[in-house]
Amino acid sequence: MTKSFLARNPSVLAFLLCLALFTLGVTVLSEGLGLNLVSTSFVKTLGKTLCLCLAAIAMDLVWGYCGILSLGHFAFFGLGGYAIGMWLMYERTRLIVVDSLANAPLPPTEQEIADAIGTQIFGVVGSAEFPPVWAFAHSLPLQLVMVVLVPGVLALVFGWLAFRSRVTGVYLSILTQAMTLALSLYLFQNDSGLRGNNGLSGLQNLPGLADTPQSLVSLWFFWASALALALGYLLAAWVVSGKLGSVIRGIRDDEARVRFLGYPVETFKLFVFTLTAIIAAIAGALYYPQAGIINPAEIAPIASIYLAVWVAIGGRGRLYGAVIGAAFVSLLSTFFTGGQAPDLNLGVYTVKWVDWWLVLLGLSFVLVTLFAPKGIGGLFDLAAGIRSPNRRGADLGPDQGSFREKEAET
Amino acid sequence: MTQLLEVSGVSVSFDGFKAINNLSFSIGPAELRAIIGPNGAGKTTFMDIVTGKTRPDEGSVLWGEEHVSLLGLSENRIAQAGVGRKFQRPTVFEDQSVFDNLMMALKKPRGPLATLLFRPSEADVARVGELAREIGLADALTRKSGELSHGQKQWLEIGMLLAQEPRLLLVDEPAAGMTLAEREHTTDILVEAAKTRAVVVVEHDMEFVRRLNCKVTVLHEGSVLAEGSLDHVTANKDVIDVYLGRG
Amino acid sequence: MIPFRALALVCCLIAGLAPAARAQSPDSPIQQLLQEHRAVILKSSRTSIGPAIDALATSGLPEARAVLNQWQDKNLWVRKSDGLFVFGQKADGGLGLVDITTGERFAVEDPKTLDQLKPNSGIRGLIGAALVQFQLTDPDPRKRAEGLRAIERRPKDSHLEALRKSIPSETDPGLLARKERLERLLTIQYGAPADRVAAIESFRGSLSVDVRAALNPLLATRVVLAEDAPANANVARPVVPGSPELSRDQAFDLLAEARGLARPPDAAARKEAMIAHIDNGAVGGVPVAALDTDAARDRAYTALAEAGLVPAWSPADTIDTALDGAEFLALYREPDPAVTAAAEETLKSIETKLALNQGLDLTLDALSLASIYFLAAIGLAITFGVMGVINMAHGEFIMMGAYTGYVVQQVIPDYTLSLIVALPLAFCVTAAAGIAMERLVIRHLYHRPLETLLATFGISIALQQLAKTIFGTQARPLTSPGWLDGAFTLNDVVSISYIRIAIFVLALLFLALFLFIMKKTRLGLEVRAVTQNPRMAASMGINPGRINMLTFALGSGIAGIAGVAIGLYAKVTSEMGADYIVQSFMTVVVGGVGNIWGTLIGATGIGFLQKGIEFLNPSNTLAAQTYMIVFIIIFIQFRPRGIIALRGRAAGD
Repeated sequence: MTKSFLARNPSVLAFLLCLALFTLGVTVLSEGLGLNLVSTSFVKTLGKTLCLCLAAIAMDLVWGYCGILSLGHFAFFGLGGYAIGMWLMYERTRLIVVDSLANAPLPPTEQEIADAIGTQIFGVVGSAEFPPVWAFAHSLPLQLVMVVLVPGVLALVFGWLAFRSRVTGVYLSILTQAMTLALSLYLFQNDSGLRGNNGLSGLQNLPGLADTPQSLVSLWFFWASALALALGYLLAAWVVSGKLGSVIRGIRDDEARVRFLGYPVETFKLFVFTLTAIIAAIAGALYYPQAGIINPAEIAPIASIYLAVWVAIGGRGRLYGAVIGAAFVSLLSTFFTGGQAPDLNLGVYTVKWVDWWLVLLGLSFVLVTLFAPKGIGGLFDLAAGIRSPNRRGADLGPDQGSFREKEAET
Repeated sequence: MTQLLEVSGVSVSFDGFKAINNLSFSIGPAELRAIIGPNGAGKTTFMDIVTGKTRPDEGSVLWGEEHVSLLGLSENRIAQAGVGRKFQRPTVFEDQSVFDNLMMALKKPRGPLATLLFRPSEADVARVGELAREIGLADALTRKSGELSHGQKQWLEIGMLLAQEPRLLLVDEPAAGMTLAEREHTTDILVEAAKTRAVVVVEHDMEFVRRLNCKVTVLHEGSVLAEGSLDHVTANKDVIDVYLGRG
Repeated sequence: MIPFRALALVCCLIAGLAPAARAQSPDSPIQQLLQEHRAVILKSSRTSIGPAIDALATSGLPEARAVLNQWQDKNLWVRKSDGLFVFGQKADGGLGLVDITTGERFAVEDPKTLDQLKPNSGIRGLIGAALVQFQLTDPDPRKRAEGLRAIERRPKDSHLEALRKSIPSETDPGLLARKERLERLLTIQYGAPADRVAAIESFRGSLSVDVRAALNPLLATRVVLAEDAPANANVARPVVPGSPELSRDQAFDLLAEARGLARPPDAAARKEAMIAHIDNGAVGGVPVAALDTDAARDRAYTALAEAGLVPAWSPADTIDTALDGAEFLALYREPDPAVTAAAEETLKSIETKLALNQGLDLTLDALSLASIYFLAAIGLAITFGVMGVINMAHGEFIMMGAYTGYVVQQVIPDYTLSLIVALPLAFCVTAAAGIAMERLVIRHLYHRPLETLLATFGISIALQQLAKTIFGTQARPLTSPGWLDGAFTLNDVVSISYIRIAIFVLALLFLALFLFIMKKTRLGLEVRAVTQNPRMAASMGINPGRINMLTFALGSGIAGIAGVAIGLYAKVTSEMGADYIVQSFMTVVVGGVGNIWGTLIGATGIGFLQKGIEFLNPSNTLAAQTYMIVFIIIFIQFRPRGIIALRGRAAGD
């Protein structure tokens, strides 16, 4: 019972090994440093997928382990992206402005530079003033703090309000969805200070690294994403392996019972909710520089639901399930909606995957929910020969309780 | 001797129906008490009030030597104060092993950070083993509790209660659905527990209550109908009316 | 006159027999009048024609109107031989000539012997305006109404007199009221001072747009420097520079004009000047490279100014210092203080009433929004409240209903008939979809609400994409029948379109239907039984599976009908369901689950809240939605189970 953490969790080791091999493989095959077999854009896709996997881990932690079906974690993901995007955009615009003003007859004053940056960034929404939310955009360290702080505080406040009033189950899901909707609608406004529906763009260009080819930058981000995923996985595994894991799983299964054991359920939920919001935000902060653009549509409620879909398909309540689900479904989505999949000719009708992929995804998701609640991760159990007893939902009340379940079934 | 729990003048109603009506009840620090009564007498609601699940419309619930009011506290604070509760249906965490269930219940700091950083010491593991022996589940420590039989789950739940080291144990129909042998074991556990703490048992089964051999409180329509030894209350005319006349 | 006419008639008769007769009336007053203005009439220029038309219009001659009319219609000709004005008429063998005084045709001649007057559109407009006053006394009430409308569109001071004259003889009470009202409106602009005040005050509390249009110009102001204001000026109020009425720049311009000041060079101008005077890598002795602060630049510029190279300037020299102590006044353009005071007063009373009526209008808007939310949510309330099932595909059922309406309209072109077919058909289609979904998916997920939520979401994305694949991404029209077009208008402020009234009625109808089904039918009884205790209901011979199926069919079917209703007033797209789903959930959650009255209250509350926020911040409906959701999240804090919540053990967990 007191073995080391990794010894108790062999799957963690296996996962880290797989991730390391994968990272190495992609690096070797990449355009930037290796054999040029994997294009830069595909390296970016893979890097983004790793970030999505990290967000899925957060989702799994909060839903699969703690039972809170949050339909708002992609909002935190997006907020992380916005936070880092603000610095990227500010700094890059500043360099461009300084560059263009260098040839001016008079050297520019600080105010002139700031005004020029403002005009560059906010011209599209008919403004040139810096809104107060950009107060820290000039500083990378401060804005990195914002990556964690803004989503963290939002999750803390929202979670505190929601959990305090004992909103649970589907109510909570709908409430988180409403929060996401409110946030995206707010960001859609031009006077939100974040460029309305234009969003932040040009994030793939790192300030000051204009000469570094994207093939190299994409690898850096790929490595960073892999590292973040590894650390996130370790953190999540460590959190759920101990007594806290027991408690939050207890909250998922029977909240009232945990309360009567003396645990402050609301505080635990708040802890997990906030922690996962921060993990999601970090994932977002790594994702959007690879995507290059972020706009409020990314935060729309549907995105958060997709996150839940990935985790459900991968298998919730197990961390590698979330990773597999996110990687599998998002890569497949990219494949089908990117127009790369060949059309399927049925003679009477030609199936264009761009049109039919979502139909297929929706239906297969229904099937997974109905027939394979453990998702893809359940296959590992089958392979390992583990079959958990099907006790839950079997009604063995006081009248039948003295029977073993097997006896009751016969 | 001062009382551990004093409930006085408590009333609560749901949509006009008075579930508890001016109920008063008290129990000492090391006492075994059985509460009986017909369906709808308010037994479960009484437990809900003491554990903080339901807020009464009026009355007071005082706890311990300092007479702290339990009414303003949340469920987990009441549990931390030393009130343990076992539900009617066995509620253990079926997805987790017996060991994890007991370890979770062990009396330790309950905050998230303390829980996150908690690593069981030798003594903790030993204590869990000891509890498991007490409830007869020493061989089943690594099994998932969902795999246990109904009776074993009941014991596990009692074991979790004991692990909490509560000063007051509220036990709701512990013997329901148990075989005769299991009932005897359950009786032993409860009687043993009541030597060091207060135990309140809600039960339908008169035979089980007789075996507990303790003071009995009869509830009817939300208030106390009679109190005393089992022989005393069964001789009470009101009790006979309630149980036989209309029951 | 009469004998003269008779004579003319006789003449004409003779003329008819003898072509080219001279049986005209060259000496009639109208002919003389025309001859008097012959030059300008023939010149036919919009700028100079005015006096001629005015002379005709004010001559009081009975023929004047006919002449103007014919002129406007390009039927006025001038005979080259004697210069007489005649009306031309189509006739065999040439142009029929008609006497402008008698209206009799007296000759047919070759058109080449005459000149046609061809007034351009500008002149025709002027003639039309002049004709208005004749219309006001026309025996045909429709003509009179037309004349009134012409004046309302383009009022002139000349109309006032004509209007006043026409009032005593007006017989139609409706027209009389309109004439009197218009007379007062014209009096405000063109009447004598005393009359104007009375006319202004007579409009107290009037909501019409034209009243405000007449009053507002009276209060037009211009801003002047206080010391420049004439002694007898009608002062509106003092103005502070920097207010919306007078920017600091404008104030400085006024001041500069009055006192002959020069504008101090602003930062951009100074920068230009410094760039122009870069000399050997330095400006005014300061190296260019050091000019990256305002202080350094000021120093450089001052040095330049001292050298006399640029206009003098010191950092203290700003618009602000110049404006210090200057006072400005807003003056009414209207010189008469009595008139402006009356106008102020009347406008204030109008505004009070306007606010009340806007409140009423807002209430109607909110009610109509509430009924839309109610329609969208009621199906959800049934499935969520009765069965505890979250149906994320509910929005897509709404969409299916709307597309059903669209398809029906493609088949049946008559809008009324297609609507009558579409409503029940939409119910059937979505109810069937609901039954299929319940049987195939939801049935297997009872008591697993989160998984139901996710599974129905899967169906939702599949249905949405399916609709997109079939119908395309662009919005499809669902046209309402003609009798639903237009709006019910109470006054110029309060109006509501018929389609919104119809949706409101539909919502009430469904409330009644739902109550009837739940309270009065066997099905309702069984549904309530299953809701409260499925096992007990089952043991009493009710089949919970069947009841759940029927309930789900009912809820889905109502969603379909809601879809048709929503499609009629909004667009039909594959994403329309998603637009309503969150609001629908909010409605159900805020109202309280399991109670139709709760849904009603929830919908009303959310409708009013959203409209209220939109009213406070009209420019931004997105912000309104954001604030509404935030408000709801906070509301849930205080009533986690909604407004009408089940209490006690029945509520469960």
